[in-house]
Amino acid sequence: MAFFLETLIGGLMAGMLYSLVALGFVLIYKASGVFNFAQGAMVLFAALAMARFAEWIPKWTGIDNPIVANLAAFVIAGAIMFVVAWVIERLVLRHLVNQEGATLLMATLGITYFMEGLGQTLFGSDIYKIDVGMPKDPIFMLESMFQGGILVNKEDVIAAAIAAALVALLSVFFQKTSTGRALRAVADDHQAAQSIGIPLNRIWVIVWCVAGVVALVAGMIWGSKLGVQFSLTTVALRALPVVILGGLTSVPGAIIGGLIIGVGEKLSEVYLGPYVGGGIEIWFAYVLALVFLLFRPQGLFGEKIIDRV
Amino acid sequence: MNQKKIGDVILDVKNISLRFGGVKALTDISFNVREHEIRAIIGPNGAGKSSMLNCINGVYTPSEGSITFRGKTFAHMNSRQVAEMGVARTFQNLALFKGMSVIDNIMTGRNLKIKSNLLLQALRIGPAEREEIRHREFVEHIIDFLEIQAHRKTPVGQLPYGLQKRVDLGRALAMEPQVLLLDEPMAGMNVEEKQDMCRFILDVSAEFGTTIVLIEHDMGVVMDISDRVVVLDYGKKIGDGTPDEVRNNEDVISAYLGTSH
Repeated sequence: MAFFLETLIGGLMAGMLYSLVALGFVLIYKASGVFNFAQGAMVLFAALAMARFAEWIPKWTGIDNPIVANLAAFVIAGAIMFVVAWVIERLVLRHLVNQEGATLLMATLGITYFMEGLGQTLFGSDIYKIDVGMPKDPIFMLESMFQGGILVNKEDVIAAAIAAALVALLSVFFQKTSTGRALRAVADDHQAAQSIGIPLNRIWVIVWCVAGVVALVAGMIWGSKLGVQFSLTTVALRALPVVILGGLTSVPGAIIGGLIIGVGEKLSEVYLGPYVGGGIEIWFAYVLALVFLLFRPQGLFGEKIIDRV
Repeated sequence: MNQKKIGDVILDVKNISLRFGGVKALTDISFNVREHEIRAIIGPNGAGKSSMLNCINGVYTPSEGSITFRGKTFAHMNSRQVAEMGVARTFQNLALFKGMSVIDNIMTGRNLKIKSNLLLQALRIGPAEREEIRHREFVEHIIDFLEIQAHRKTPVGQLPYGLQKRVDLGRALAMEPQVLLLDEPMAGMNVEEKQDMCRFILDVSAEFGTTIVLIEHDMGVVMDISDRVVVLDYGKKIGDGTPDEVRNNEDVISAYLGTSH
């Protein structure tokens, strides 16, 4: 039982990171109707920026305080993501207003490769560490119930708390503010949104910027766990099934979808793996997504699509 | 009813031409709209009515000519700037935010009017809270006015067509526009729905004093509710005047019924 719980918690933690990446997808889709393939590249880009600036700032300024350096690096990386959002809007999206979804998707595919290349040109292509000083020591829980208790990583708990706070913030932003309402309006219909005076261009910068910050947080947490490296972009591919599962338009869907896939992967690997020779973790998410596409294409929380014939 | 005072010219369209490549959608169209009046643009299918509306709305930039709104002439204008000047519109093919509730759809129309700081809104404190409530009251007033109280929380995509048309009108009204452009507000409606819509249009005019420019190809409806009518055919203006004048205009009759040879 203790082992099961540990696997479960491990799965939840991995799932939460998927959720964060998926959240970026959902934000941009919700607010601009664009399926942003570049979300993974944005995670890598943001994480690289943060890792490198955390390294460079003490070198340049001589300030040898890791908290100051990390904080400054976070702010700079955030500013960089803002510039990225602005440039993408200026050079790409502005010219594609009212175009087909597929056109926009292809555009983001282009952005993906461009950002991957640019990120590595600017910041280098080695493996870098982000050390935001999260405690690495494990904590033991429920020692009275199980012998030896359950081992939980303190770092994971903090990461989970950060993710939860971010999600809460975003939900309030989307549901309670006029800008959030404008974002949802733009997602539904560009033309109509413009006709009631919603500034499309500014909205797009805002949403890509928010997605950039989410990418930064995701990149920071992944990076501090596993190091910042090119393979971070493949995490984005893991987030695709999460979005399908949770529904492209649902913030809670992204979270719960991520958790389900994280837990599903770990549990199936541990409990079913031995019977089929392992390796389930790699394809589990995609098969689950396929099943969902067959039976519930709008995902768990997505808006049901009713078309008038 | 009909004691409203027709004011000065609020919108003046001068010599507008619009070309798409070799296709001439509009040729040298001029007309004006006076404050508080209901002005209809009619014509058979493909006459250029929607193109005309889209020029006024800033969706298309006319190839030639000028549009003057409240004494300000503009040539290049996007929809958003036009919206800021106080022109709202509805769409021929509904362009509502389908996933959002009726209230949220109409609230988006208030977007330009909401001034509070984003942070205050998120936290729902003080002035932001009061402002939200104020706008919400206004929207409730519109919902009552359009008689869609029972559907305020329903996602718009699930409503029947006639009601969606009302929500579209409601969203435009929420902007408190000076000029309201209605693109075939009665297209695809049954008789009863048409009557309702006519009533709403007349009520808007009477109650809010909004100037209304309305496109319709169903002549019968238009003649009953408009003060003056412009008739377009093949991108040209063939008639302009009160419904009675237009009804007796030879060109208009032949455009609608075909010429007798």
